[in-house]
Amino acid sequence: MSATLLSVADTSISYGKVEAVRSVSLEVKANEIVTIVGANGAGKTTLLNAIMGILPQHGRISFNGQDLAGLDIEDRVAAGLSLVPEHRELFGTMSVEDNLQLGAFRIAKATAAQSFERVYALFPRLKERRQQLAGTLSGGEQQMLAMGRALMGEPRLLMLDEPSLGLAPLIVADIFKIIGALRAAGVSVLLVEQNAKAALQIADRAYVMELGAFILHGPAADIAADPRVVASYLGFQHAGASAV
Amino acid sequence: MAAKRGRADAEGGRSLNTTILLFLIQDGITNGAIYALLGLALVLVFAVTRVILIPQGEFITYGALSYATLAAGQVPGTARLAVVMGLVAFGFDVFAARKSLHARALLRAFTVNIVFPVVVLLLTMWLAGRQNNIPVNITLSLLIVAAIGLFLYRIAFQPIAHTSVLVLLIASVGCHLAMQGFGLVFFGAEGLRGPTISDAAITIGDLRISGQSLVVYGITAALIIALWLFFDFTLYGKALRATAVNRLGARLVGIRTSLSGQIAFLLASVIGAISGILIVPITTLYYDTGFIVGLKGFVAAIIGGLISYPLTAVAALVVGIVEAFSSFYASNYKEVIVFTLIIPVLVLRSLAAPEVEEEKD
Amino acid sequence: MSQRLPVVIFAVIMAVLPLIPNIPPFWIVLLDNIGLAALVAMGLVLLTGVGGLTSFGQAAFCGFGAYTTAVLSTHYGLSPWLTLPLSLLVSGLAAVVLGIVTVRLSGHYLPLGTLAWGLGLFYLFSKLEFLGRNDGISAIPPLQIGSLRMLDPGTIYYVIWIAVILAALLTTNLLDSRTGRAIRALRRGHVAAEAFGVQTARAKLLVFIYAAVLAGLSGWLYAHLQRAANPTPFGAHASIEYLFIAVVGGAGYVWGGVLGAAVVVILKEVLQSYLPLIFGGQGQLEIIVFGIVLVALLHFAPSGMWPWLTNLLPFKRSATRTDTSAELAPRAAAPLTSEVLLKLEGARKQFGGVIAVNDVSFSVGTREIVALIGPNGAGKSTTFNLVTRVLESSAGRITVCGTDIDGATPQQIAKLGVARTFQHVKLIPDMTVLENVAMGAHLRGHAGAIASMLRLDRADEAGLLAEAARQIARVGLSDQIDQLAGSLSLGQQRIVEIARALCVDPVLLLLDEPAAGLRHMEKQQLAALLRQLRDGGMSVLLVEHDMGFVMDLADRIVVLDFGTKIAEGTPDVIKSNPDVIRAYLGATA
Repeated sequence: MSATLLSVADTSISYGKVEAVRSVSLEVKANEIVTIVGANGAGKTTLLNAIMGILPQHGRISFNGQDLAGLDIEDRVAAGLSLVPEHRELFGTMSVEDNLQLGAFRIAKATAAQSFERVYALFPRLKERRQQLAGTLSGGEQQMLAMGRALMGEPRLLMLDEPSLGLAPLIVADIFKIIGALRAAGVSVLLVEQNAKAALQIADRAYVMELGAFILHGPAADIAADPRVVASYLGFQHAGASAV
Repeated sequence: MAAKRGRADAEGGRSLNTTILLFLIQDGITNGAIYALLGLALVLVFAVTRVILIPQGEFITYGALSYATLAAGQVPGTARLAVVMGLVAFGFDVFAARKSLHARALLRAFTVNIVFPVVVLLLTMWLAGRQNNIPVNITLSLLIVAAIGLFLYRIAFQPIAHTSVLVLLIASVGCHLAMQGFGLVFFGAEGLRGPTISDAAITIGDLRISGQSLVVYGITAALIIALWLFFDFTLYGKALRATAVNRLGARLVGIRTSLSGQIAFLLASVIGAISGILIVPITTLYYDTGFIVGLKGFVAAIIGGLISYPLTAVAALVVGIVEAFSSFYASNYKEVIVFTLIIPVLVLRSLAAPEVEEEKD
Repeated sequence: MSQRLPVVIFAVIMAVLPLIPNIPPFWIVLLDNIGLAALVAMGLVLLTGVGGLTSFGQAAFCGFGAYTTAVLSTHYGLSPWLTLPLSLLVSGLAAVVLGIVTVRLSGHYLPLGTLAWGLGLFYLFSKLEFLGRNDGISAIPPLQIGSLRMLDPGTIYYVIWIAVILAALLTTNLLDSRTGRAIRALRRGHVAAEAFGVQTARAKLLVFIYAAVLAGLSGWLYAHLQRAANPTPFGAHASIEYLFIAVVGGAGYVWGGVLGAAVVVILKEVLQSYLPLIFGGQGQLEIIVFGIVLVALLHFAPSGMWPWLTNLLPFKRSATRTDTSAELAPRAAAPLTSEVLLKLEGARKQFGGVIAVNDVSFSVGTREIVALIGPNGAGKSTTFNLVTRVLESSAGRITVCGTDIDGATPQQIAKLGVARTFQHVKLIPDMTVLENVAMGAHLRGHAGAIASMLRLDRADEAGLLAEAARQIARVGLSDQIDQLAGSLSLGQQRIVEIARALCVDPVLLLLDEPAAGLRHMEKQQLAALLRQLRDGGMSVLLVEHDMGFVMDLADRIVVLDFGTKIAEGTPDVIKSNPDVIRAYLGATA
């Protein structure tokens, strides 16, 4: 539980002259689910993209003891880091199975077969639809495929960007159940989510981001009880289905 | 092409008899097969890299004229160009990786960019004039052009791979101009012909099918099947398709877009060179003929919508046949007819699918 | 007028240049050529850089201009000044014919299509008897004012550069107007533009003709400068060179066309005259070097030299305050005759074998907020697209304010007073928030392209911008008004889309997931705004997944599952409906 997997230290990210993320530090340990909550535009997606190497950043990011400076996206994938982006970025005109197979692009063939088994066990829906083109899947199934494809590469840390965005409450519940199962399978998760309630319920630790900086961090339960968080992210309990 | 028209004129004036009809169809199919190959290569490169490959014409002439030069017992200048481009590519690789220079990456860059073209050049110098074996000459020509295609992507396109289609297109035209200029330096302004791969001929009734035509059909069919197998059944083929469908998605599973781009250019340059080698025994090629031949492959690719391989292949045959017939009936307007052939097709396409995707870059 | 100052300075410099004593006449010829190329490139900037329509056939339009005057002034002895309007007319007409055929193609078809007819026309020029085949037409009379015959490059120089500067001013004016916004939306936002009444096909044809007329003008000038016309300068290579010029200069910038022309023309000249001196006259060395330099330039400045150069300048364009006092007349509309704004009766949409919307019926009345909910893929966005006529319905009847909308275009739906937002935000990222929102008021303005070019549209324009600014203030984004839309967060962009929709002065607002990406407090503000709009007389139909938001806000809810309506009623009824819980809400509701 104690080994640090991902360490982000004093990292800033700019778009041109606008600083979107200002000297943030963050840690994810092995077998841990960490969530970043915050308004859209707070810089959460930007931070994930920078950790993955999609955006350039200033600061020190290391993964599994290895400094990530100078490594591009593909090297980071090889190091065991994986991102499921907000727009999922599936191969829409290729079959579910081809999408998954490509997820294991960097993995030896023999292990890939086992990965297929594991992913299909986690997402039985994908197995039913394995010959279907990814672009014809429903939103929830596409999210599952995106997660499945990332897991095919056997990452040590899975970063999920808004996995529940635009999904029906019923599917959201499924997705969060699976995120919980990942921890049991030995995959750490860094979760960015605007559904703060659900994210804080499942996470071990949480960071709250506002205007490009972390204003709070600590155990998820403490964060969920913080009055500021309750006021701006959770709101009062609505009668009805706002919870998942 | 040009030579045939003369023959057809001499044989029967402007009246069409069965012999001429069959001859024109055969001529059309032979050219069409070549256009099909070129069209496929264009579609491939465009889908993977978003580059509209104008220098395809130069791959054709480089392949054909290198082959013809080797057959004449000389070392083609393209072999030296490959070495120079390799050196530049090596410089680009080292510069790009300057922040994290790993011995392994350096060794790989050295092998691909320096060792490979130098070995090809040495082999060429050693073999040229010493023998005149057609398969050996073909292999050498293909290796040379493959190296040039690979390095061309590395030098000209990889650094600007993220820019818009328009910028890539202009860069592509720049490459075409430079390479055509080199073509003139290497091969001179005089046209060349190369030896046929097969001198045999079959006669069926009035129709005489030359062995070279059969070779063209055979190789075209084999290449199309090979490409299909590659894209549908191999991991690298699928990775190339994945890059074409979604570049970021491909990178996120660890497929290097630079690698995909290099493979695409490698395939396209080899296909272009093969096309050139196939036609150079039939037609005299000049250093700048490739452009217009490539453009006709282009017409086929456009008709195929730059996305569909089978449609491109069929369209290429149509282009070839239309060209053959218009050179018989209205040789003055041959090019006008071939190039305006696109317009009705585009009209039909736009009527069928008026909704167009918005640009995302 | 401060924006005009650099142009005035430039004009003065250009006017004085030929007067410098001992200036080599050869330089004047170069400047003439730069001016001619700049005219064509400016058209390409508008067409390709701004409008996103790449043309590989632009030189052919120069050919139309040049050959028209060549034929008329030599065979028929017409005065060159009389042939000017005719040259422009012929180029314009050619553009209409070719444009109708090719402009509807976009993406990658268009450049290739233009290349095709560009090549075809070149071969045609060189084969037609009355155009002199490959030799062309010579002995074209020079331009003449009174007794001044413009025989030398130094006198026609002034005609050329007056044309260039005028064209640049007109083009800049055009881009900064109602029509200009429509043109700027063509490349990356035509679906949204259509939803707000922009006739995109017409706007595309307009830029196509505009670019062709500029090219025709260049051709006309060329014919009288050279006093001869032959096919060579109107072929594919010339067309490609004009594209180089536009891209090297900066394809999105009017003055980039002029700068690009200068860079490319001078580079070619330098290479042609100096390379042989260094290396001996071997081969086509200048072509090789030209190609390599071109690629290097693109590596160095992929978006062009002009933006690179202006970035170096210390001063920046200051943001101008929008005057919000100008009034804008409300949308012209027939008075409402019924209490039902929107009515779907058995609406159906099939994609191949898949039924996305299956005989759905519901209605939206006046002053009502109706929510459409259901699992992903239930057909909610498709229903929106049927109502806004982005998609054609397969069967059923949809009426808006009592009008059957079968066969209507998205533009006509906007005229009926239906405004929408999109599930995937469709703003033009490189336009400011103000300009994006002003697009919503497109149908409430009237100024056309020619009025905009001549700056006769200012009153109309002030009204549109003031309305946009008022709507931006209403949604609370006044601080971001001058930022580029692409620099806002996704949540803010959704709000910008709402402001844009409000600019239509709509009776019915269609919102596709407006709350996605907003945090709790922002959602509450949005809900308050929507209630306020309803109380002001507007109706809202929205798709949303946040049940807390929907249950609090909606007057009525319609639930879709697999394209079929499974329930309809007040929030309380829906919350306890067992079918809805099973299909959508889940057990925790």
